[in-house]
Amino acid sequence: MTNRAEMTRRDILKSGAAVATLTLAPGVTLMTFGGSEANAARADAGKRWGLLIDANKCAADCSACVTACKTENGWGNDGGEHSGPETESAWIRKVTLRDKHTGRQVSAPVMCQHCESPPCVDVCPTGASMQRVDGIVLVDKHICIGCRYCMMACPFKARSFVHSDVPEQSVNAPRGKGVVESCTLCVHRVDRGRIPACVEACEASGNSAILFGDLKDPESPISRALKQYSSIALRADLELNPGVRYQNL
Amino acid sequence: MERTIYRTIKATPASWGVAILLAAIIGAAGLAVLTIEHYGHIITGMNNQIVWGLPHVFAIFLIVAASGVLNVASISSVFGKKAYKPMARFSALLSITVLLGGLAILVLDLGRPDRLIVAMTKYNFTSIFAWNMILYNGFFAIVGAYLVVQMTQGLSPRVHKAAGIAAFTWRLILTTGTGSIFGWLVARPGYDAAIMGPLFIAMSFAFGLALFILVTLALFRLDGRIFGDKLMLRLGNLLGVFVAVVLYFTIVQHLTALYAEEHAGIERFILLDGGAYTTLFWLVQVVLGALVPMALVFLRPSRASTILASFLVILGGLAQIYVIVIGGQAYPLQIFPGYEVLEGFNEGVVNSYSPTIYELALGLGGVALALLAAGLGAKILRVLPTNLSDANYPD
Ligand code: SF4
Ligand code: SF4
Repeated sequence: MTNRAEMTRRDILKSGAAVATLTLAPGVTLMTFGGSEANAARADAGKRWGLLIDANKCAADCSACVTACKTENGWGNDGGEHSGPETESAWIRKVTLRDKHTGRQVSAPVMCQHCESPPCVDVCPTGASMQRVDGIVLVDKHICIGCRYCMMACPFKARSFVHSDVPEQSVNAPRGKGVVESCTLCVHRVDRGRIPACVEACEASGNSAILFGDLKDPESPISRALKQYSSIALRADLELNPGVRYQNL
Repeated sequence: MERTIYRTIKATPASWGVAILLAAIIGAAGLAVLTIEHYGHIITGMNNQIVWGLPHVFAIFLIVAASGVLNVASISSVFGKKAYKPMARFSALLSITVLLGGLAILVLDLGRPDRLIVAMTKYNFTSIFAWNMILYNGFFAIVGAYLVVQMTQGLSPRVHKAAGIAAFTWRLILTTGTGSIFGWLVARPGYDAAIMGPLFIAMSFAFGLALFILVTLALFRLDGRIFGDKLMLRLGNLLGVFVAVVLYFTIVQHLTALYAEEHAGIERFILLDGGAYTTLFWLVQVVLGALVPMALVFLRPSRASTILASFLVILGGLAQIYVIVIGGQAYPLQIFPGYEVLEGFNEGVVNSYSPTIYELALGLGGVALALLAAGLGAKILRVLPTNLSDANYPD
């Protein structure tokens, strides 16, 4: 059987639009990565990208997804003499939990949940926090004023404020001191028909705990898995309908 | 009753001294801002858990107080109380400068203050924050116009009254808007209460009046003008009433929260075992900021007790906003109900915050800016009456 990443990849390539973006000259578009309108224009309204995370498959001692995200997007190494874990960015983090009643332990990564009704977008005064038509929630780094209201509003601590100069940038995700950032669902990869870095790394680690795909396509592996097995949304009581879902949590 | 005469204040050595002191504080704040700009917010005590810190406490205090400062003018023009009329001009002026001070802090604390123009030109109309910017600008315009109306000779009392009502209405909306900044944060159990709007309005009445009493008195002292005892007692008594209303809404806020299952945790945190926040709440906000001032003005009314009560109300107000803003963030977000977090940085634990000198300097700088601008205003404009002696008001 083909592995899950492979299936997802084919699933993306089925869309003609996604293939077309592959032919764009990279030099021209590099500057627009990280949430500009130009980037948003590439989104396909016919899709809604999401993740399904299986907590049973996620190993407590593995952090391949976090490492891959750091490398891909160039965060986690801002350093500086005052830097500490409280101020360092965290686009994705691993948590290990114990059920208060049964004692069962589970691990899972947490990143921006790409809410369908994102509180961060609602509160942002300038519109820097935005949602693409394909459901990916981004911060437009050019108009974010760094007020951090979105961080107050996000129920999942998914956002980070860049507290100091960023020494090593990745071309995939321009970052800047004084603005807010969060998981982009690797929009630069998705727009080129690839899967997010964390999903790829999780696959490579052998755990395959994260499934990526189009929630609007009933035939996509993620939609089929969601239909077949029970899953939850974090803080479902807030009715944000996140694009990221959890299984066995 | 003689006609009220307004005069600008004189430049005395004492007033120069105060002005220089205030300018120095503003200078220190400027340095703090430049340093934060250079190194980033990393040198402050704020972090990715406590994203709004001490500057926001000062800023919100000033913004809330600003609309309350305007009450004195409203009481005279909207509610027709003659005794307050001579103070109405300065009340309008001070409310403008206090709002200015608060907004200056907010803007200078932004990650990118250089993008203020973006904030002014790109509005996201679903954001209560964006609406607030409109409310603030409107406040400057409406209260400014109100001040002009008051200072223009020969306008009919109806114009005065209309301007007064417009300003009063606007200030109520503005404070509700400020309170709603928190009301919108549904994910944070400390904030999502409908009571925030009315609570903030009550707070603005109390903090604003306390600030008005102290600043007006200070300027009168500096300029050797008379501020009558009877008027002081009257203002003190009014302050006591406002403080009682704040206390009432605070009690309602916590009682209603206690009834809601999902708020039990944060309530326990603030009221019982939140360490510094619990102390700030009970000792500074409730006892020093409400009970003592009420006892002072109701049981031992005097000039001194009004002054002391005003100081305490301001202290208690800062504590109250600190508990709301910082305490609400210190209490962990409940992302995984039913689970205990074994691993994960800062997950499910109380977040710590220790403000640095930079944040304090910025906050105090905003206060100094508000005061210096008010003083300068009184130096240039005829907003302060030559005296507020009791002889003016038979009653
Ligand atoms: S998880 Fe947080 S940052 Fe992501 S869309 Fe939802 S509210 Fe916004
Ligand atoms: S920090 Fe940036 S993205 Fe977040 S609410 Fe403010 S302007 Fe919007």
